[in-house]
Amino acid sequence: MPLSDSFFGQKFGLTEHDLQSYLSEALAAGGDYADLYFEYLVTSQLSIDEAIVKSAIQGVSLGVGVRVIAGERTGYAYSDDLSPEKIRKAARVAACIANGPSKVDKTGFEVVRGRDLYPVVTSPNETSLAERVELVKRADLAARAADHRVFQVQASYIDSLRHVLVATSEGVLSTDRQPLTRLGVAVLAREGDGVAQRGYSGGGGRVGLEFFETEKTPEHFAIEAVRQAIVQLDAVPAPAGEMTVVLGPGWPGVLLHEAVGHGLEADFNRKKVSAFSDRIGQQVASPLCTVVDDGTIRSRRGSLNVDDEGAPTQENVLIEKGVLRGYLYDKLSSRLLRSRTTGSGRRESYQHIPMPRMTNTFMLAGDSDPEEIIRSTPRGLYCANFGGGQVDITSGNFVFSASESYLIEDGHITRPVRGAMLTGNGPEALKYVSMVGHDLKLDEGIGICGKEGQSVPVGVGIPTVKIDRMTVGGTA
Amino acid sequence: MNLAIHSVKLALERGASDAECTIAEGEEFSAHVRMRELEQLKDAGSRRAGLRVLIGKRVGSAHTSDLSSAGIQQMVESALALAAISTEDPFADLPDPSELGALASDLQLYSDDILKFDTAARIQAAIEAEEAALAWDPRITNSEGASFSAHTGSRVFANSRGFAGGYRTSSCSLSATPVARQGDSMERDFWYSLARRHSNLDSPASVGQRAAERTVRRLGARKVPTQKAPVIFDPVTARSLIGNIFEAVEGDAVYRKASFLEGKLGERVASENVTVIDDGTLPGLFGTSPFDDEGVPSRRTVVIDRGVLRSYLLNSYTARKLSMRTTGNAARGVTGNAGVGHGNFFLEKGQRPPEEIIRGIRRGLYVTELIGHGVNIVTGDYSRGAAGLWIENGEFAYPVSEITIAATLQEMLMDVEAAGSDLEFRGSVASPTLLIREMTVSGQ
Repeated sequence: MPLSDSFFGQKFGLTEHDLQSYLSEALAAGGDYADLYFEYLVTSQLSIDEAIVKSAIQGVSLGVGVRVIAGERTGYAYSDDLSPEKIRKAARVAACIANGPSKVDKTGFEVVRGRDLYPVVTSPNETSLAERVELVKRADLAARAADHRVFQVQASYIDSLRHVLVATSEGVLSTDRQPLTRLGVAVLAREGDGVAQRGYSGGGGRVGLEFFETEKTPEHFAIEAVRQAIVQLDAVPAPAGEMTVVLGPGWPGVLLHEAVGHGLEADFNRKKVSAFSDRIGQQVASPLCTVVDDGTIRSRRGSLNVDDEGAPTQENVLIEKGVLRGYLYDKLSSRLLRSRTTGSGRRESYQHIPMPRMTNTFMLAGDSDPEEIIRSTPRGLYCANFGGGQVDITSGNFVFSASESYLIEDGHITRPVRGAMLTGNGPEALKYVSMVGHDLKLDEGIGICGKEGQSVPVGVGIPTVKIDRMTVGGTA
Repeated sequence: MNLAIHSVKLALERGASDAECTIAEGEEFSAHVRMRELEQLKDAGSRRAGLRVLIGKRVGSAHTSDLSSAGIQQMVESALALAAISTEDPFADLPDPSELGALASDLQLYSDDILKFDTAARIQAAIEAEEAALAWDPRITNSEGASFSAHTGSRVFANSRGFAGGYRTSSCSLSATPVARQGDSMERDFWYSLARRHSNLDSPASVGQRAAERTVRRLGARKVPTQKAPVIFDPVTARSLIGNIFEAVEGDAVYRKASFLEGKLGERVASENVTVIDDGTLPGLFGTSPFDDEGVPSRRTVVIDRGVLRSYLLNSYTARKLSMRTTGNAARGVTGNAGVGHGNFFLEKGQRPPEEIIRGIRRGLYVTELIGHGVNIVTGDYSRGAAGLWIENGEFAYPVSEITIAATLQEMLMDVEAAGSDLEFRGSVASPTLLIREMTVSGQ
């Protein structure tokens, strides 16, 4: 698409000449590279609570970030005003990082064509508010109707449409239109005067509203949230100590995100502060494990046509049959490590400096029958759902909390257990994987990953997996 | 101030029965150095306006970074359109005019001494902090660097009940994150100093040395066998535990019956050693403000008094839901219904110095880091990833990691056997060292 037809060309009259002049200003004090990131973001949030639509919020955010790279140095400034004077001022501030003559020869721009992974014709923010409010009302009704023990229901719907334009001193020009939507239902249930238990379910992606009609309905999420809360009513305290852990398919893939994903981001490895530094080619998992990060899956929450530095996303193999194959690179780390960007440069907004991040991270399917995996386990913990996780990338120690799990006794899933933390060490934990199911499933589209204060949407996935040894942090 | 008042007026003209508007502005600066070289400089500012309107008992909100008159107009229209599609909420309202107001005294939230320090001096401070860490111990061989950052901001709030007020804030911080190695063991940790005035910041050398000590002592960490043992939370980790108590006493969780402390006012919920205060009036601290995000003056509230739950923390909405009065704890970004936040939320210090508490433990865990999100405020179930030092006969014996600690918050509060004398504010939540009689430590 020529710039004049793009969102920023149309709405703000931005021309290639403007972009050239801002980049020249950014490189006026020297430096190896400069880029501009224009962002226009519209968000809507609707939520129902106690059967009342209590909160409805819309917002508009626009701005431009200017970055200058000189060797290992980065200068960054932004403006929420797109007037040429303000953008030039930001460019001059970012330029303060460099000194000396610039080595950059500028030619014209070449438009980078990413894929078309989320061809949403009507973005949710272009539909009527009434239509979107209906989604939370339906979720609320369905959750209340699902079980008489439910006493609180909150359903929230959020959508955003982000227009971005990236222009670099290397002549890359790319634009993207990124819709993102999510519906979530949280419930509390109680039996008589007993202890209340929480259930949560949600999902979405880079999709239009039709997703909630044809793929996953508000009723689907409502019933799933209620099911999780009701299961917890009978839960017994979680066990404590090392044991066999079986992860169910889908969201438990957050294990991969914490145990290996973060440790393979190239910024940590450039600085050699990751437990995975200098381990390419080494065995870091059982030969049954192949783990990829793939930003090109259609309509997924973690997918992008181009990353936030204008590079097309791709499928990156992180671990192949247990052997560490590669890291996730952004522009800066690929320059410094003489590698190529893997389309992994992401940022939260125009106010943030890009860094290597994950997109959709998952383990490929294996050969085992999921039921056989359970049958083969005399005693252990089956984890069907997780809350969040966290990792210390230097020691490699990670945790993630099981929100729905069950005891496995004599090859059968028996009693549900209360929330428990699982902990392990990144380069060691996956060595104990002894069976991998054929049932790979990706999560339903709710993941948010935080790193150094920046949040970005991500996806995870995993088939049923048996880990022979892992520490479970219960009390029993 | 005028833009906020103007937006409120515009909303009323267009049909709102009530309106409240916040304008927030901020300037941020940060310099990051690594291995003695400047690595990153960031310097920028932004502004944002937010509006919440009521049409009768229906509420709508909007926000924008476009403060032009067209942008403000669009924000007003958008909020009104959203109110039209929301449902009547009998409890939706603004605070009563009699509750509105601002503290008049100088709260020392802003000082321009942070601006007197130029970019070169800020970079130099970060370099010195990192250098102090690298020089501390030969096992510190690498670094994630050190940062200096400075923020200034302003917040203006106006509503249709006659409140208009504003205040400015400043802050600066210095942090260092060294990496240590010994054989196969690699560890990192960090330390920081945070202040509203530059002159109150700790010296670069002390920040770097403290970061180095915290990092080196983690080297060679092992797991311990699964067992029940006494657990001492250092002030850093105790702070996160105090944050969990806040989540359990804030009005939203209480009126939804989503807190294990719901319905417990006047009851004993903790040991005698536990007194928890929220105070938004302490000069110069990070939880201090002249008024909350609904225009109600900040105040001091005793939440737990020697183990007895005395008060929840409320904004005007949760107060109406619970038939109580607001405690001046409304918090929000620039728009939307206010949530509940805290002022300076802390556990009052006890008599015993932390060294003495440690000396009194025969076998137990001293926790210096907690990771993960394993706290359920509804049930009180508590299970978190931990790292720290193992105590044998009153002394640190060896570092431990890759373990979890678990109990329920109910048990932990009742089991607080000692609060240390070492209360220090490093942000808006603070706690001294805490000794919990017994938790499940899960390892091998």
